[in-house]
Amino acid sequence: MTRTITDVVCPFCGTLCDDLIVTVSEDGKKLLDVENACAIGAEKFLHTQASDRVTRPRKIQEDGSSVEVSYDEAIEYTAQLLVNAKKPLMYGWSSTSCEAQSVGSEIAEQVGAIIDNTAAVCHGTTLVAVQNVGIPSCTLGEVKNRADRIIFWGCNPAHAHPRHMSRYSIFPRGYFTGKGHKNRKLIVVDPRTTDTSSLADVHLQVEQGADYELLQALRAAVRGQELTGDIIAGVPKEKVYEAADLLKSGRFGVIFFGMGVTQSLGKDHNIDAAIMLTKDLNEYTKFSIIAMRGHYNVTGSGQVLGWQFGFPYSVDLSRGFARYNPGETGSIELLKRKEADAIVVLGSDPGAHFPVRCVREIANLPSVCIDPHITPTSEICKLHVPVAFVGIEVGGNCYRMDNVPIDSRKVIEPPEGMMTDEEFLRAVNTRVSELKAA
Amino acid sequence: MSANSINLISGRTIQQGVAMEGGKEKDKYHKACGIIEMDNEDFKKLDIMKNTNVSVTSSYGSVVVKAIETTQGPHPGVAFIPMGPWANSVVSDETYSTGMPTFKGTPVFIKAAPDERVLKMIELMRYNCWGEKQ
Amino acid sequence: MADEYIIRNGQVYDPKQGIKGDVMDICINNGKIVSKVSKKAKEVDATGKTVMAGAVEIHAHVAGPKVNEGRNYRPEDKLFTCRATGANTHMEAGFSIPTTFRTGYNYARMGYTTVMEAAMPPIYARHVHEEIKDTPIVDQGAFPVFGNNWFVFEYLKNKEDANVNAYIAWLLHVTKGYAIKIVNPGGSEAWGWGKNCDTIHDPVPYFDITPAEIMSGLMKANEQLGLPHSIHVHTNNLGNPGNYETTLDTFRLAEGVKTNNKFGREQVFHHTHVQFHSYGGDNWGNFESKAKDVMNYVNQNKNITIDLGCVTLDETTTMTADGPFEHHLTELNHLKWANVDVELETSSGIVPYVYNPDIKVCAIQWAIGLELGLLAKDPMRTFITTDHPNAGPFTRYPRVFGWLMDQKYRNERLSTFKYSEKVNDATSLGSLDREITLYELAQMTRAGPAKALGLTDMCGGLAPGMDANVAIYNINADSLDGASIEKAFSAADQVFKCGTLVVDNNDIITETDKRTLWVDVKVPDNKQVERDVVMKFLKYYSMNLANYEVSDHFVPHPYVIEVDAT
Repeated sequence: MTRTITDVVCPFCGTLCDDLIVTVSEDGKKLLDVENACAIGAEKFLHTQASDRVTRPRKIQEDGSSVEVSYDEAIEYTAQLLVNAKKPLMYGWSSTSCEAQSVGSEIAEQVGAIIDNTAAVCHGTTLVAVQNVGIPSCTLGEVKNRADRIIFWGCNPAHAHPRHMSRYSIFPRGYFTGKGHKNRKLIVVDPRTTDTSSLADVHLQVEQGADYELLQALRAAVRGQELTGDIIAGVPKEKVYEAADLLKSGRFGVIFFGMGVTQSLGKDHNIDAAIMLTKDLNEYTKFSIIAMRGHYNVTGSGQVLGWQFGFPYSVDLSRGFARYNPGETGSIELLKRKEADAIVVLGSDPGAHFPVRCVREIANLPSVCIDPHITPTSEICKLHVPVAFVGIEVGGNCYRMDNVPIDSRKVIEPPEGMMTDEEFLRAVNTRVSELKAA
Repeated sequence: MSANSINLISGRTIQQGVAMEGGKEKDKYHKACGIIEMDNEDFKKLDIMKNTNVSVTSSYGSVVVKAIETTQGPHPGVAFIPMGPWANSVVSDETYSTGMPTFKGTPVFIKAAPDERVLKMIELMRYNCWGEKQ
Repeated sequence: MADEYIIRNGQVYDPKQGIKGDVMDICINNGKIVSKVSKKAKEVDATGKTVMAGAVEIHAHVAGPKVNEGRNYRPEDKLFTCRATGANTHMEAGFSIPTTFRTGYNYARMGYTTVMEAAMPPIYARHVHEEIKDTPIVDQGAFPVFGNNWFVFEYLKNKEDANVNAYIAWLLHVTKGYAIKIVNPGGSEAWGWGKNCDTIHDPVPYFDITPAEIMSGLMKANEQLGLPHSIHVHTNNLGNPGNYETTLDTFRLAEGVKTNNKFGREQVFHHTHVQFHSYGGDNWGNFESKAKDVMNYVNQNKNITIDLGCVTLDETTTMTADGPFEHHLTELNHLKWANVDVELETSSGIVPYVYNPDIKVCAIQWAIGLELGLLAKDPMRTFITTDHPNAGPFTRYPRVFGWLMDQKYRNERLSTFKYSEKVNDATSLGSLDREITLYELAQMTRAGPAKALGLTDMCGGLAPGMDANVAIYNINADSLDGASIEKAFSAADQVFKCGTLVVDNNDIITETDKRTLWVDVKVPDNKQVERDVVMKFLKYYSMNLANYEVSDHFVPHPYVIEVDAT
């Protein structure tokens, strides 16, 4: 016999779909099927059933082999590592629950760590831009119900947020948008002709790295100013004017943006310009802008760090009070300067996603990787601690890309004897308190 | 960007996402991310055959990946390696004081390397971190 | 806590019992005020000091999505005022938007023990409760916003009383909310299209209902349900010269409306931060105070309560669910603007603001807040707030007390403005010699707000049986000069929260479990509303109905007030 669980929240990306249907065995131990998820979400759920899952902590030896150790030993190792370090880095936090993130903060405050999340290599520059110029935004339901102009700038939801267009941005028939996709116009700005741009009414094939110029040109065009030159950032001037008119002629527009502008040259200034474009458009019609957050709970990490310490990422607690200066207190620069003397990674994979110079630094530090999977990070850390999958084997609160919090569910039991990251962190926290009191 | 260099960007693909969730130590991930998508024109210009291995070199490092025809082109002058340790072996770690590396927009040189292997994930990590050769 | 305490010889001010400075002992046992204790009771010497119940904050923005957006988008708000991790406290940061830890500690340090979060967007309720959980010591509740809600529009327009009542009960239940909050009714929905409702009779685009109808309808529903608090309103046209007319129009909606509740509440209508709504003139040049007109009305109409929203003359952060107003503000001062429109429910905006004393308008705003307080005939219906952080941070309350209680103190400030002559021309503050007394202060910060919230038997007073929330201040009626008032009320000597000593020697010595107050209303089953909710979630919301309700684990210490409206 099987059981069907509805309204399941998918713990993959910032789209945070909450309409998945999961079928499990009667005893709640096997996950049999998942419906409504995209290919990536489905794989995430189904992979929990892999027979070769790591179920116990393992110490990685110099030759790459590993030795199984107990959770107690792992707790002790992690606590000692953190207490003995002068400037430990606690990185990741994006693929876990707010409850676990909060325990992480407690530990970080006790040991004076730098606590940073994956915004460091994703939307960190967005967070900085918002600190410069603010952000006119809305929830995804507003997009569904009102939007008739959509821009995907420097993002490729067909690949990175596969159900975004069908759930929120292009296809839904909302209260004021009964005609669905027919009454929406889509502009895609991307240096490549992507699977997303093939759905667009207009594709502005911007020269890679020149988005700043195009954004400012669009702002000028929106304000009715004349542009000089025939080609702007790879785009013919006429197309820029047309795009401006198209945007102004709508009654509710939204700019969704991603790594194409956060990670390319211009960095936070690109986002400044995109946000200012949104603000400018509000003089003519109604416009909002939303960052396409990658991990399913990086937004949550930013929220928890914000309400507890006052800053959304790259928070340096090493002096006993919170300091924040991206470019100085962020993980990348910290590792490049060789300033961290220990690292704990949870809920992300910097081994795969940091530039190699930083990865090399991680590999040469006392390190712990807390992750259900074997990853590039786990294989270069000294200790790998597997934990239950949040959103599948343990619930926990998560924040969607528009900051809406959705409480994810537990649908199956974790493997026998496996800890959740919240449990592991609590045990580490207790041990850290003991060590510090001694 | 010199005349022979290509502008490298990295980012997500569905295949990379699915493979990632299936386990990064597995073949699927290696196949999904140990590749570089190049424009037809650049294959011609650089005299590289499709579906052969190439070495990609930047001021930050070097990596061998399999060159395939772009699936989301055309984009002459731009090449794409899905995000992951292969891409990050060569991507610019310059943040210009913003804290954010330049994952999109690294000048690279691409050379045919048909006799070299695309390292598997764990091999690649051990090579990059400790110089271990298999 | 089981501990017995006896607070000896303090000068007690307790409007709940009519005690006006009597020297007497206050006894605590088992977390409650009691009439006597055994000889084993721990003694606290309050000789020469003022003893009051823990204060009750009726309106502040301290927990939730717009508060946190404010924190995250203003790293500069953390400069210079950080406090390192202490023996008993987490590290603290933030001036106008403190971190949640600092919020709890700073309220407790000032002797506040109950704090109401002024606005909770229902779809974000989970976030509000997460922050409430991380705010130490103080009991809290949150007001979900109803004034721009699509269900409310439909039911009120169709005059379906039973349906709007059922929906209100349902929303309070699923958000674990405390009261009906109404912000810029109709206008924040219009803002979804970049529009607004400027008067209370402007119909909302597409929904064709007016702000007046929304407020009247919700006021009627509130009394039919008999909720502990009345509707809590921020009316249309906030911040604009000449808006006092809108305010009076709004107040008039309450005429003849009688309350119906079992909580001792007498008002049917609470208007918040009235300072922002008491403006005359028709441009910034002839901008002037209409505090007299506004207070005339409030004084004569006993079924209304207000809170002041005093300007403190700081650099602060404005944040409200009045989305169009915030856009207007950024167009005025060109400082960074954040906005979030919330599907089916509301909108919100954030803009930093500098209340510069050299600017005539800011100085007049400052005067208006104080005028309203000084012209109030009934301190039990007039509460001291700064609409934190909109008109200033709550940590400035002691300074506001000083201005209200010491004419010399406020005149010092008034006479040193760059444009003090123009300020005197535009307001009557200079001519007011009233000084709020300690007893009146207790009415305006303890007994009054507690009663208005329907909590008169629980907090805001020192009668036996009430929660032992007690604050002891190093000041008394013999030395009530502004500077001493500000100093004493900024850092109480001792504070008890539900019988636990949380502040001693002017600082936090321990945290204690806080409670989340929320209201659970029982109404008759309503199949129509059930169906409407299901359908709207299916068609218009971006999340599933089954995931909307705030689960119990977000509220580890609930204090549920049950209301039977069947």
